Amino acid sequence: MPKAAINITVNGAARSVSVWPMARLLDVIREELGLTGTKEGCGEGECGACAILLDGRLTNSCLVPALQADGAAITTIEGIARGEKLAPIQQAFLECGGAQCGICTPGMIMAAVSLLAENAKPSEAEIRNALAGNLCRCTGYMRIFEAVSRASRPEGPQR
Amino acid sequence: MRAHIPSYEMVAPKTLEEALTRLAEGRGEWRIFAGGTDLMVLLEAGKLTHRRFLSVWRVQELRGITFAPQFVTLGSLTTYTDVLRHEMLRREFPLLAAAAAETGGVATQNRGTLGGNIVNASPAADSPPALLVYDAEVELTSARGSRWLPLREFHTGYKTTQLRADELLARIRLPRETAGFKPYYRKVGTRKAQAISKVCFAGLRNRATGEARIALGSVAPVPLRCLKTEAVVRQGGDAAAALAREIAPIDDMRSTAAYRLRVAQNLLKEFLDA
Repeated sequence: MPKAAINITVNGAARSVSVWPMARLLDVIREELGLTGTKEGCGEGECGACAILLDGRLTNSCLVPALQADGAAITTIEGIARGEKLAPIQQAFLECGGAQCGICTPGMIMAAVSLLAENAKPSEAEIRNALAGNLCRCTGYMRIFEAVSRASRPEGPQR
Repeated sequence: MRAHIPSYEMVAPKTLEEALTRLAEGRGEWRIFAGGTDLMVLLEAGKLTHRRFLSVWRVQELRGITFAPQFVTLGSLTTYTDVLRHEMLRREFPLLAAAAAETGGVATQNRGTLGGNIVNASPAADSPPALLVYDAEVELTSARGSRWLPLREFHTGYKTTQLRADELLARIRLPRETAGFKPYYRKVGTRKAQAISKVCFAGLRNRATGEARIALGSVAPVPLRCLKTEAVVRQGGDAAAALAREIAPIDDMRSTAAYRLRVAQNLLKEFLDA
């Protein structure tokens, strides 16, 4: 089968790449676009390590064939910081100890960004629900939940 | 073993007409591809038998939720997120919302579709039990025309359906006749979030008329509407015994037949006592 040319807006920049139609978007992001912040965990949609925003919606990039991303806008972990300045959610992960080995962290941040974009002040239950598709084998999750909570309440009392 | 990606083909038509033309000319070689949450997992495992995939994700005619006096009609590409964000739909069809909320995590809910969940024909699918108790009908469309069929006739056996090679599932419609019913939905899995179910139970009960509607997942080769058990409930007989006769759970990696039967009967009791 021939490769297909697809157009994707990647973290705000228009890109054109030549892909196998059924290549995983995850592999296109890492190997064609060179953005290795997005991680592969399970490769079957269970762990959320490869989560990105696809047209604004949290999506596991291991489950999207490249052709389906033609014409879409994606945001990866590389698109979250503002230049050299970390986004508040990233700063909160640092301060709360929300990242240990780091493999789940990009997906966790993307899930948190997706949640906070729609719900600026999520409850503990809403945070847990929004991150239920992201697995972490290091932290035990509490510091991650705390980080999302802190990012949503920068002015409030710290737990 | 992982699949050899360059040997797979995908096309992505933007209109229903183009998709149906492809299917009509394809003689069964196209596999319809929606959100990919099931098919990409099989691809990874090297378990996809088809080599050609027809992505319908961009076909706008397969989207949308519309309310008419008799029916609510859902495009087959309606995602779990679309269901959860639709206030009117959630209010009138709470079992569908419950099923959507318990399917995968947010990322899966954003991509997974009701049509895909039905056509994929897994007995463990989360939305069919809810759709079955609402007497859902499905529209199968081809270049030859359309036919509507009750969902409970769509699945014919383990992973087999009535869908012909040139057809796709275009719409799902739900009769608006369950206002007086009390809903009950429970999915039993190893973990609260993101688990494939051991047993899934959807029920509707109308205390005034005595009518009960019951459907279960993961207890038979197909998602099962339990009409015989419903009749026994109406007559005041031994519903647990009727359910044991009607379902056919098996032992597999997720659970055992004995456990599934016990849980199904316990859920039936909880539903009837509620």
